[in-house]
Amino acid sequence: MNTQTAIQVSGVSKWYGTFQVLKSIDLAVNKGERIVICGPSGSGKSTLIRCMNRLEEHQQGSIVVNGVELTSHLKRIDRVRSDVGMVFQHFNLFPHLTVLENCTVAQRWVRKLPKKQAVEVAMKYLERVHIPEKADKYPGQLSGGQQQRVAIARALCMNPSIMLFDEPTSALDPEMVKEVLDTMISLAADGMTMVCVTHEMNFAREVASEVVFMDGGQIIERNKPGILFSAPTHERTKRFLGKLLH
Amino acid sequence: MFDLDLFLQAIFSAPLFKGALLTIGLSLCVMAVSLALGMGLGSMAGSPRRSARWLATLYVWLFRGAPALLVLLFVWNGLPQISEIFRAGWFTPFFAAFLALSLIQIAYLAEILRSAFAAVGHGQREGAAALGMHRWQIFLIITMPQALRIAVPALMNEFISLLKATSLATVISLKELMTVSQFAIATSFRFLEWYGAALVYYLVIVSVLTLAQNRIEHVLSRGYR
Repeated sequence: MNTQTAIQVSGVSKWYGTFQVLKSIDLAVNKGERIVICGPSGSGKSTLIRCMNRLEEHQQGSIVVNGVELTSHLKRIDRVRSDVGMVFQHFNLFPHLTVLENCTVAQRWVRKLPKKQAVEVAMKYLERVHIPEKADKYPGQLSGGQQQRVAIARALCMNPSIMLFDEPTSALDPEMVKEVLDTMISLAADGMTMVCVTHEMNFAREVASEVVFMDGGQIIERNKPGILFSAPTHERTKRFLGKLLH
Repeated sequence: MFDLDLFLQAIFSAPLFKGALLTIGLSLCVMAVSLALGMGLGSMAGSPRRSARWLATLYVWLFRGAPALLVLLFVWNGLPQISEIFRAGWFTPFFAAFLALSLIQIAYLAEILRSAFAAVGHGQREGAAALGMHRWQIFLIITMPQALRIAVPALMNEFISLLKATSLATVISLKELMTVSQFAIATSFRFLEWYGAALVYYLVIVSVLTLAQNRIEHVLSRGYR
């Protein structure tokens, strides 16, 4: 593994009870790369991305993030996580804290930054996602799209080297999808290393360095978006894309 | 008939006032300890380890099933029979009442807190963990405030029940509100005035608690309005 590798997934398998969700997955994400993972529901794509910051534990194989292997012996998994931002399908904003507090809480408690500095950083990223005026509102007072943009800002406040997106637009009303995707596109343009589980094929076409198609806990095929979308080699990929693109 | 002057005298008498302070003090001590230990027991009840769950269930079964009066008498009269330690000077009626009522209160609060913590979505813990927050940080800053918001009405109910249950400690001659009233009645035979005065104290305390509950709920529900 070279220094250009952000995430190295090697031979990773995972079971829920007797059901195998991940079957010997190999995937390398280089720094600055943007990987889009797609596939039918139950294909294991969310489980895979959640293994990358150890919200889920894998049982076989190895996952190395920024040179640190994720194992149960790793005492300070929180240190790895603080360097890997994650955006969830259901936002997971803290409803009892304001937008600003959502963005400063980890900076203050994990990074130990003084309040003033944390607020400056938070406001910088809230401006970046175009909602600085909502800083004093609570998440419940925002639309879904606004909440997801706050969630992106909250993750960026930790200055992560990698961003994971787990179906960030799936819970949004159609008219709010664009504002979130635009934010992600601008992030990609800045060279952020990204792994996105999404069905937004236009987004994939525009920003992905590589698209990975998963089904049944396996990576079926992977390629540049232009090639995978226009000439998929596997029957399952064709069927899935056929349904998605109509 | 009803002697208004004596009633007012009773209300403003030093023993009754001290008795009320003792009632409040005891209730606060029991509640504080039970909240902390109830959280522990509640998390044991939700633990993946079977032995921990089993232990928690056994505890709740025992102390929710035992009448408060029985536990009080058991602690006050029974424990000294078990060991020399409980015959020493520090084992006062106050401490015995505190111990007995805490044992019971923990069982009730554990149930309330367990369900309140379970009601805070798993996504909250994951969201905080993904930011690199440590387990106790997640507990203190993220899940506990949200669980308390859910639990406050039920907790306040328990606190009010507890406040009134402290009157049972009169059987172990703790000088709380009821005991003091009984003493006064024993010498004066003025039932109406002294019971009336004690009732006023209980009602005032519970009224203050109700106002406090509104205030706490208001603060904790920021972001949900």
